[in-house]
Amino acid sequence: MAGQRILIVEDSPTMRQLLVFALKRIRDVEIVEARDGMDGLRKVTNDHFDLAFVDINMPVMDGLKLISLIRGEEDLMSMPICVITTEGAREDRERAIALGANEYLTKPIQANKVLAVARSLLKRVD
Amino acid sequence: MIEATGKSGRARGEAVLAIFQRGAEFTKQLLDENARLQRELAEVKRRQSDAAQSDGEWSKLRSELVSKIEELENENHSMLERLRSVEGENLQFAERYVEIEEENNNLANLYVASYQLHSTLDSAEVVKAILEIVINLIGAEVFSVHVCEEGGDVLVPVAVEGDQLEKCPEFRIGEGFVGQSVETGEVAVADPATTGGLPSEAGEPIVSIPLRVEEKPVGAIVIYRLLQQKSGFSPLDNELFTLLAGQAATAIFASRLYAQSERKLSTIKGFIELLTQ
Repeated sequence: MAGQRILIVEDSPTMRQLLVFALKRIRDVEIVEARDGMDGLRKVTNDHFDLAFVDINMPVMDGLKLISLIRGEEDLMSMPICVITTEGAREDRERAIALGANEYLTKPIQANKVLAVARSLLKRVD
Repeated sequence: MIEATGKSGRARGEAVLAIFQRGAEFTKQLLDENARLQRELAEVKRRQSDAAQSDGEWSKLRSELVSKIEELENENHSMLERLRSVEGENLQFAERYVEIEEENNNLANLYVASYQLHSTLDSAEVVKAILEIVINLIGAEVFSVHVCEEGGDVLVPVAVEGDQLEKCPEFRIGEGFVGQSVETGEVAVADPATTGGLPSEAGEPIVSIPLRVEEKPVGAIVIYRLLQQKSGFSPLDNELFTLLAGQAATAIFASRLYAQSERKLSTIKGFIELLTQ
């Protein structure tokens, strides 16, 4: 998994910091943060990423819109995506999976679960 | 601090790997020993065949064989004992590794909470950080944040999640579940399985986190309902309650002082400008 890049698209600084902490345990991984869906789209279209964690509820552009745009791009079709949802938002989660997300995590997130999902999705890329 | 804890966690992980490697080396030693014994047995068989023609030689060989078997049995017994001890150690290290991983995760959550609370001096941003921590780290669905003016005894709601702010009740310090918690400075926790209404519908709170600085009440965080997947509170939640009780109070207090100093500075500047005109 050396030299892989992960994008975190999340408006909450608390969640971003928590995800970074969890993902930093993967050796030689580069983590890039985006504050909202638009920022995430800009970053994902300009750079290569091996995995993206995407929050559903975000300002400017929400996670569902971002996933649909990512999956519409030929180059990005196979990039694994993990969505972050609240347990109550079951419909959002199902829509995200239908749009092409590969995994989901529910809040409150736990670092070991984040790590397990990231490792499993990065293996698919290898 | 977390960086150091992470390094320490990795070092321990490497220690566990080293234990497994030692186990592998030990198994290899056992296999080598087995091969050596087989060679010795073949040698003894050969000697037995050579010496079988004389009774004296045969008796000597038999006693040699008996003592050799006894020696080997003792050796085998002690090796099995060592194997069991190494296996036990392996298990202990694996369990400890899981515990350390969990501790690492908990420390990361506490660090993030503390960092976010003190990352701003703007009171609205502090309240936003509190909301994020309670949603994302504790997993509350409906909750409110209350503050009280210096010297006042009413806890006024300033933010609510999952309900309408204007319908959120005020609490008087010293009265009821929340008021008593703020007065005593103790986090109050009810059974989350039996309660969980909306504050606007006079729902009962399940947690009251008092916010106090140097024994003076600053406010309270009142949780009414948890996210669906949370059936109760973990030890980490209790740590977060304690952290919020101290750190959120300090952050609110600091942001108030900052706002006051900004106002005073602006007044003084205005006054100086007036004098110098």
